[in-house]
Amino acid sequence: MSSYVSRRNLIKSVGLAGVARTLPLGFGAFALAPEMPRLPWPAPQQEGAEGAGLTYAFLNSEEQAFIEAAVARLIPADELGPGALEAGVPQFIDRQLIGVFGSGGDWYLQGPWVEGEPEQGYQMRLVPQEIYRAGIRDINLYCQETYGGPFAELAEEQQIEVLQGLQSGEIALQDVPAALFFSTLYQNTMEGFFADPIYGGNRNKVGWRLVGYPGAASVDYGALVEEYYNRPYEVEPVSIADIQTGEASHSHE
Amino acid sequence: MAIKKDPVDAVVVGMGWAGGIMAKELAQAGLTVVGLERGPYRNTAPHFQPPEIHDELRYARRHGLMQNLRRETNTFRNNPRQRALPMRQWAYGQGAYPLGEGLGGSGVHWNGQSWRFLPWDFETRSRTVERYGEEAIPPDATIQDWGITYDDLEPYYDKFEYAAGISGQAGNLQGQTQEGGNPFEGPRQRDYPLPPLKTAYSGLLFWEGAERLGYHPFPSPAGNQSQAYTNPDGVAMGRCLYCGFCSKYGCEVAAKSSPLTTVLPVVLGLDNFQLRTHANVIRVNLDDTRTRAVSVTYVDAQGREIEQPADIIVLAAYALNNVRLLLLSGIGQTYDPMSGEGLIGKNYSYQFISAVSAFFEDRVFNPFMSAGAMATVVDDFNGDNFDHTGLGFIGGGFIAQFTGEAAPINTHPVPLGTPPWGSEWKRAAAENYRRAFTIITHGAVLSYRNNYLDLDPTYRDAYGQPLLRMTFNWTDNELRMADFLTNKAALIAREAGASDINIFRLARTFSIVPGQATHNNGGAIMGADPATSVVNPYLQMWDVPNLFVVGASAFPQNTGYNPTETVGALAYWTADAIRNRYLKNPGPLA
Repeated sequence: MSSYVSRRNLIKSVGLAGVARTLPLGFGAFALAPEMPRLPWPAPQQEGAEGAGLTYAFLNSEEQAFIEAAVARLIPADELGPGALEAGVPQFIDRQLIGVFGSGGDWYLQGPWVEGEPEQGYQMRLVPQEIYRAGIRDINLYCQETYGGPFAELAEEQQIEVLQGLQSGEIALQDVPAALFFSTLYQNTMEGFFADPIYGGNRNKVGWRLVGYPGAASVDYGALVEEYYNRPYEVEPVSIADIQTGEASHSHE
Repeated sequence: MAIKKDPVDAVVVGMGWAGGIMAKELAQAGLTVVGLERGPYRNTAPHFQPPEIHDELRYARRHGLMQNLRRETNTFRNNPRQRALPMRQWAYGQGAYPLGEGLGGSGVHWNGQSWRFLPWDFETRSRTVERYGEEAIPPDATIQDWGITYDDLEPYYDKFEYAAGISGQAGNLQGQTQEGGNPFEGPRQRDYPLPPLKTAYSGLLFWEGAERLGYHPFPSPAGNQSQAYTNPDGVAMGRCLYCGFCSKYGCEVAAKSSPLTTVLPVVLGLDNFQLRTHANVIRVNLDDTRTRAVSVTYVDAQGREIEQPADIIVLAAYALNNVRLLLLSGIGQTYDPMSGEGLIGKNYSYQFISAVSAFFEDRVFNPFMSAGAMATVVDDFNGDNFDHTGLGFIGGGFIAQFTGEAAPINTHPVPLGTPPWGSEWKRAAAENYRRAFTIITHGAVLSYRNNYLDLDPTYRDAYGQPLLRMTFNWTDNELRMADFLTNKAALIAREAGASDINIFRLARTFSIVPGQATHNNGGAIMGADPATSVVNPYLQMWDVPNLFVVGASAFPQNTGYNPTETVGALAYWTADAIRNRYLKNPGPLA
């Protein structure tokens, strides 16, 4: 593990998770420069309005523990900076699950249900809420039988082994195809790491800082396209929330 | 019992590019016109404003501007022996062809690639036979000429380009090849209304590499305005900010050509035009003779069935929906691939895309400074711009370095062999986001006996109507063409100085899962002969002369290009024929 504080230690350090938003410290601490020597812009002094706290609306405590451990393996905190856990990906996934995405609200969900060819796309009745709920239960049963404990309590190496087994489909789960569970978790983890922080992930824009993406600002790049030929354009990234709350303007040029 | 509205002169189904142009042209001719749009009202302000429009998750991943599949989708299979199954989701930005919905249609979320087809494209069959012989036509191909030529359509391409404010560099002005443009394009009477967009650094490297290989690079024609512009109707558009939120987004500064920034502001201001949104048309009603359309029936937002009578009925929905409406209405004979008889649903065609990612050790890009159609292109291998002898395919496509999308959920390129997660992935994502660009190939798909559209026997939409069933696969012609083009793209990437490349070849079997192109065509094709076409050269139903079917549904086969400008040009061409000929003497125009 890196020098980053874990989520649980951080909760201790700021008291209650629910008040993190109102404290001047909060998650902004993650972006402090020493761990990110590649990034030339200054770290923000505080988190701003995007910190959504650490509470959950859909996932139960067993599921929370699973997701927090799993996303930390997919995108770990390391010398390059915070990982998916610190970025708030578990809270992002939870919020997605309580919304339209989680219930398949814009999916065609009429039967009959027939197993098709891969080229015909997804044909199962399961919507993401069910994929996560049934999948995590199945995986923890597998981990209990194989390793003697739920996923969240396994050693990191064992967790990685389980995730690889899910990805390849070598692990068979009862209700949810393992590869489907893995790809859902994987897609949502990437989304939570790189989406605008208004959705609860990419906290303090750590995903954008990692790759050098400037974010949502309406900068007029018209005059900059040629000026920055073969030269990195590096700025403090701006999120939708930064603009909504007046932390940044549409155009910061 | 349906509520019956008072008759109007014309009803237009669909308020995208085709419908917007038709509605404007007919209303300006003095007709009373009703425009029916199945989706909601939306406009530049307030619906596409920053900061909220700059949201990759909502628009590029969750398809915020697209059709809600819960209400309607289509079923799909690769061949007639399979059971077709519904396309159920577009999760995670997937879906071969995200379909638009709402005022402006797909013309709101496109990225602005605005091409004229080649003169060859309109005479694919006859010119192929002429140059290579009958045996060059693939065995099951059902390709045919359009019944019009490039020269017929040229003034209407021009009209579209000036209405839409297209940015570009002419390559052929009245037969004279122009430096810096596409030397293969058909002759144009005048230049684009706006100069081309700026070239990205990635595009510059592509340009230099392509030129060293002897190809002819040029800036892509773009429906992204390189300068502020006021079109001939007096509608003002903004200048592109190169903000990078283009394809799958609406434009905040009205700098992407769209029905909302061009034709709709004009027609919405006319007293003889009425827009009805949330109006989902379920059929066209014919009279007892089956030679005259009398009305359309739609379901409104409250679930009521409404009948709208009109003297002229224009189907200008999305290509797939035009075909579906004809099938739902029982107009014409449904195509049967076994017997080869019937025309509705025949000659459905699509588009293919393959890609090469180029990674550079010593170059830095800013991929987020981009516009939808900001691209450097070579057209040397499109259409019949090159000798196909011995290649085993006909047709072609363009090869382009598009800046396009660069928001990081969808775009975080890593070299092949990088694990998809973990610290090693993270390092590769961090190192390569600014050090890579993608070259795409964009190729033609011919029409074939076993690629077609009909109604699904099992699955229905939220209104109880059968879904459209698509039967489609690649054939050897597409696979050989894609490999040929992909190899050329890889050659350019290496010549541009890439230290490492990822090649994404066309999968051997078509899948509706990965995102590709919303370039569905055919199914209600145009032609000079009523025995082999659904609509005549003026997009008028041969059997029902007061019914016009406008859109890419008319393409007899696809070309290597994006379809929008040709859809727009055909709409202007048809509207012109109605205004100048049909209104004086209603009846068959051909």
